[in-house]
Amino acid sequence: MSPQKRVKNVKAQNRISQGSNSFQTTLSAWKVKQGPSNSKNISKHGQNNPVGDYEHADDQAEDALQMAVEYFEKGPVKTSQNKDKTLEKHLKTVENVAWKNGLASEEIDVLLNIALSGKFGNAVNTRILKCMIPATVISQDSVVKAVSWLCVDKCSGSTKVLFYRWLVAMFDFIDRKEQINLLYSFFFASLQDDALCPYVCHLLYLLTKKENVKPFRVRKLLDLQAKMGMQPHLQALLSLYKFFAPALISVSLPVRKKIYFKNSENLWKMALLAVKQRNQGPSPEPLKLMLGPANVRPLKRKWNSLSIIPVLNSSSYTKECGKKEMSLSDCLNRSGSFPLEQLKSFPQLLQNIHCLELPSQMGSVLNNSLLLHYINCVRDEPVLLRFYYWLSQTLQEECIWYKVNNYEHGKEFTNFLDTIIRAECFLQEGFYSCEAFLYKSLPLWDGLCCRSQFLQLVSWIPFSSFSEVKPLLFDHLAQLFFTSTIYFKCSVLQSLKELLQNWLLWLSMDIHMKPVTNSPLETTLGGSMNSVSKLIHYVGWLSTTAMRLESNSTFLLHFILDFYEKVCDIYINYNLPLVVLFPPGIFYSALLSLDTSILNQLCFIMHRYRKNLTAAKKNELVQKTKSEFNFSSKTYQEFNHYLTSMVGCLWTSKPFGKGIYIDPEILEKTGVTEYKNSLNVIHHPSFLSYAVSFLLQGMQS
Amino acid sequence: MDSYDVPESTPSASSRPEDYFVGATPLQKRLESIRKQTSFIPTPPRRKVPQCSQLQEDVDPQKVAFLLHKQWTLYSLTPLYKFSYSNLKEYSRLLNAFIVAEKQKGLAVEVGEDFNIKVIFSTLLGMKGTQRDPEAFLVQGLILSPRLECSGTILAYCNLCLLGSSDPSTLAFQVAGTTGACHHTRILSKSQLPSENREGKVLWTGWFCCIFGDSLLETVSEDFTCLPLFLANGAESNTAIIGTWFQKTFDCYFSPLTINAFNLSWMAAMWTACKVDHYVATTEFLWSVPCSPQSLDISYAIHPEDAKALWDSIHKTPGEVTQEEVDLFMDCLYSHFHRHFKIHLSATRLVRVSTSVASAHTDGKIKILCHKYLIGVLAYLTELAVFQIE
Repeated sequence: MSPQKRVKNVKAQNRISQGSNSFQTTLSAWKVKQGPSNSKNISKHGQNNPVGDYEHADDQAEDALQMAVEYFEKGPVKTSQNKDKTLEKHLKTVENVAWKNGLASEEIDVLLNIALSGKFGNAVNTRILKCMIPATVISQDSVVKAVSWLCVDKCSGSTKVLFYRWLVAMFDFIDRKEQINLLYSFFFASLQDDALCPYVCHLLYLLTKKENVKPFRVRKLLDLQAKMGMQPHLQALLSLYKFFAPALISVSLPVRKKIYFKNSENLWKMALLAVKQRNQGPSPEPLKLMLGPANVRPLKRKWNSLSIIPVLNSSSYTKECGKKEMSLSDCLNRSGSFPLEQLKSFPQLLQNIHCLELPSQMGSVLNNSLLLHYINCVRDEPVLLRFYYWLSQTLQEECIWYKVNNYEHGKEFTNFLDTIIRAECFLQEGFYSCEAFLYKSLPLWDGLCCRSQFLQLVSWIPFSSFSEVKPLLFDHLAQLFFTSTIYFKCSVLQSLKELLQNWLLWLSMDIHMKPVTNSPLETTLGGSMNSVSKLIHYVGWLSTTAMRLESNSTFLLHFILDFYEKVCDIYINYNLPLVVLFPPGIFYSALLSLDTSILNQLCFIMHRYRKNLTAAKKNELVQKTKSEFNFSSKTYQEFNHYLTSMVGCLWTSKPFGKGIYIDPEILEKTGVTEYKNSLNVIHHPSFLSYAVSFLLQGMQS
Repeated sequence: MDSYDVPESTPSASSRPEDYFVGATPLQKRLESIRKQTSFIPTPPRRKVPQCSQLQEDVDPQKVAFLLHKQWTLYSLTPLYKFSYSNLKEYSRLLNAFIVAEKQKGLAVEVGEDFNIKVIFSTLLGMKGTQRDPEAFLVQGLILSPRLECSGTILAYCNLCLLGSSDPSTLAFQVAGTTGACHHTRILSKSQLPSENREGKVLWTGWFCCIFGDSLLETVSEDFTCLPLFLANGAESNTAIIGTWFQKTFDCYFSPLTINAFNLSWMAAMWTACKVDHYVATTEFLWSVPCSPQSLDISYAIHPEDAKALWDSIHKTPGEVTQEEVDLFMDCLYSHFHRHFKIHLSATRLVRVSTSVASAHTDGKIKILCHKYLIGVLAYLTELAVFQIE
C-alpha cells in the first residue's frame, strides 16, 4: 500500500468513528496504550484468566498473536523471500487463538480492517474473516468501519458475502447497534446485488425497527419481489415490514414454510456456542419476531385460525386508522406505549402497566401468563368484554357435543379446555364465560367426553348465590351423578370439594379486605354464608343418596369424608363464621365401616369439628357485639349427639343407648350376643387387620 | 330417591349475594342475565307480527332491491371493537390489500395499489329498527376486468381500438401506453381513469346489521359497535378471508348462525301472518327424516291464501304472535298431512320454510323476497344472533 493511500485510509477511519469516542480507532494508539505489559492486558480482555501451568503457554500465544496482528497491519513485505511461510505462520497463529479463546475487540477491529481492505489476496481475506470470533463482544465501530470498506469496493464479491454472513452470525455479540442502524439505508441499497440479497435480507430482518419502515422502502421491496419472484428471504423481510406497518403493506405467508433464511451460522456453530458460554451473563435476548404463518384457513369447519387461540400481535389497524382524529391523550399514549412483543418479565409489566399496547385479538392473552396477570387486575371494561366475548364464542363453536358425530376434533377441544383450566388455576379465579358455557352445555353433556376438564371447570365457577346456580347447573349434574358409575360420583365429589374451597378462599379474601365496621357488609356476609351452607347441605344430600345407591362403598366414602375434611375446618382455616355438620347417613356409615382409614378419618373430622366449635364459642364470649353470627344451639346439640354416639360405641361399650337409640329387643334379634362390646376400640371390626398383624408379630417373636 | 329439600340455614341473615358486587357494570349485568336464562331456547311468549314498511324514508331503494332475492348465509357477530364509520375508506383499502395478499400466498402487495379485486364499504342508511341501532353497512368485493396495460401487445391492440374514441380518459390511456413502462401506465390510469370505467363483477357481498338490538346495546360500552347479524353471499373461502380480517382488526368473532326447527316454525307463523298484496311464491315446508337409510325429504306446499286463512282462524291477539298460536298452527298442518298421508310430521325435522315474505333453511340460509317486511324479518334474525352471542 502506498503511503498516500494509508493516510487517506486513516482519515476515513477517523471520520467514521467521530460519532463515538469510546474505542481506540487506530492500531498505533492501541499499541501505545498496551505498552510493555501487553500480554497481561490482553489476558484481561479474555476474561478467562488461565491458571497455573497454562499461564506461560498462553502468554506465549498472546505474544505470537501480537506479532501476527502487527504483521498483518504492516502489510505484506514485498522483498521478503519466505513471505508465504511467514504469512502462513501468522495466519495459523491467529486462527488458533481465535478458535481457542476468541479475539479481543481491538484485534477484531484491526483484522477486519485488513480483511476488507484487500491488502492481501482473496484466500487470505477469507481465512481471516472466518476466524473473526470474538472473545466476548465485537465493537460497534469495527463493524461500521468494515462497512465503510465495502463502499470503496476493494474486496471481491465472495468476501462481501462472507462478511455479511459473519455479520448475521455475530449480530448478537455486537455491543451496541445504534450506529449500525444508521447505516440502514446502505444495507438496504445492497439488496440490489443478487448474490448479497439473501444475507442482506437477513441482516435487515435483524436490524429493522419500526421507524425504518418507510413507504419508499416498501415500494422498493415490492419492486424487488416483482423482479425476483417469491424468495423466502424477501418474504420474511416483507412480513416484518407488514408487522410494523400494516397500513402500508399486506402479505400472507404460506402455511407450510418454516425456513426463511439460508443458515449463515453454519461456519461458526461451535465458536458461537463457545462465545455464549464465555459471555455467560444474562445477555439480553435479542428481539426476534416469530414468523407465524397466515391465519386464514378456508376450510368448512373452521376458518378462524390454525390454532384455536389467536397469535399474540399488538399491531392494530384501528390505531393507525384513527390517526386523523387522534386526540391529545391518544398522542401521549402513543409516544409511551410499550409493545407487547417486548414484554418478557413481570417487572417490565409493572413498569409499563399504564401504557401497555394491548393485543389486537384479546383471546391471545390465554397463552401469555404476564398478560393474564394484566387481565386479572385491570378493571377496564372493554378489555374484559373483548376477552369474554371471544372465550364464550370459541367455547360454543368448539364444543364437540353440540355437533352430532363430530368427535374428530375432540383432542383439540380437550387441549383448549386444558389451556383454560391452566389459566384459571394460574389466576386462582374462574372466567364468567366458562360459567355461562357450563350453564348452556351441561344439559347436553353425556358425562363422558372431556369429563375431567368439564368437572374442573365446574370447580372454578365464581362465587354466586347457590339457589340461582342450582337449577342451572347442579340439578343437571345430579341427574348424571345418580345414573353414572361410582368413579363419576367420586370425581363429581372431588370437584365439588374444590369448588367449595375456591368459594371459601374467595370469600375469606374478600371479607378481610373490607372494613368490618361497614354495616351492610354483615348482612351480605350472612347471605354468602347462607349460600355456602346450602352448597354443603346439597353435597350432603348427594352423598347420602349416593351411599345408598352404591351400597356403602368404602371408596365413595373416602371422597365424601374428604369433602367434610374441608367443611369441618371452615371456621378456623378460612375465618368464616360457618360450621355445618355432616348428615347422619354419612356419620353412621363411617362409624360402622369395616375400613380402618375411614374410621380414622372420621375421628379426625370430629376432632376438627370440636376445635372449630370451641373456638367459635370462645369468640362469642369475648365479643358479644357480633351476635349475628352466633351459631344456633342446634349445631352444638347435633355435634354432641354424634360425639356421644361415637364415645358410646368406641369407648364406653354402650352403643345405641345414647345418641342413636335402637331398641335392645331388636339388637337381641340380630343374634349377636356380645353386641355391647363388639364395637369398642378393642373389638371394632375395622381394627381387625391391626389385631391380625399384631398377632402375627407376636407369633414370629 | 328422596327429594332434596333446602335445609334451614344456620346463619340468620338472608340477603342475596349479588348485593355483594359493588356497582353493576355492563359486564355484570350481562352475566346476571345469563344466570337468569333458565332455558337455552329463547321463548318470549309473544312477539309482534312484522309491521309493514318500517323502513325509514332515507333508505336507498336501489340498495334494498340489491338485498332482496339473494341467498344469504347467516352469521352471528360479537361487537366490533373500535370500529368507526368515518374510516370506511381506509378499511376498504386495507381489506383490499389483505384479500389480494391472501389470494396470492407469499407475495406481498402494497396497500392502496390498484388490484383486479376491489372492495367497497358503504353504509345502508336507515336500515335500523330504532334510533339507537347502529347503522348497517355493506361490503362488496368486485372483480374487475383484466387490466389493459398487462403486456405491450395488448396495449397496442387497445390503442388501435380506441383511436376513434373521443373519451378523454382513453386519450390519457393512449399517452400512457406509448411510454411503454408498466408502472407508469399504472399510475396514470389510477389517477386519471375513474374506477367506474372498469367494469366490475360482484364476487362477494356481505352486510352487517342490527335491528332492534337493544338488549345487546345495553350491555356494552361505547367502544363497541354492535352489529350482531352478518349476512354473506359468495364463496365460503372469500367469507373466510374477509371474516378473518374483521376478526383481526376489530377483535370480533363470527360464528355460523343456524336456525333450529323451533325457530323455523316461529318464522313460518310470523311470515304467514304478514299481509302481502300479491303472493309471489307458494308457502312451502320441507321436512327431513333423518334415520331412514336413504334420507327422505317431505315437501309440503300450501297455497299462501289457504295458509293465511288457517292462520286467521287461529290468530286471536291482534298484532302479536304467541307461542300457543305457533304450536297450534303447526299442529293443524301436521294433522292435515296425517289425515291424507298417515305420516306424523311431528316426528321428523323441519329444515326449510319458504313463504312469500322470505325463505329460511336450517343451515342458516335465508332469502328475503318481500320489500315491505325486510325490517321485520331482520329483527327476528337479529334476536337469534343476539341470543347466540350472549
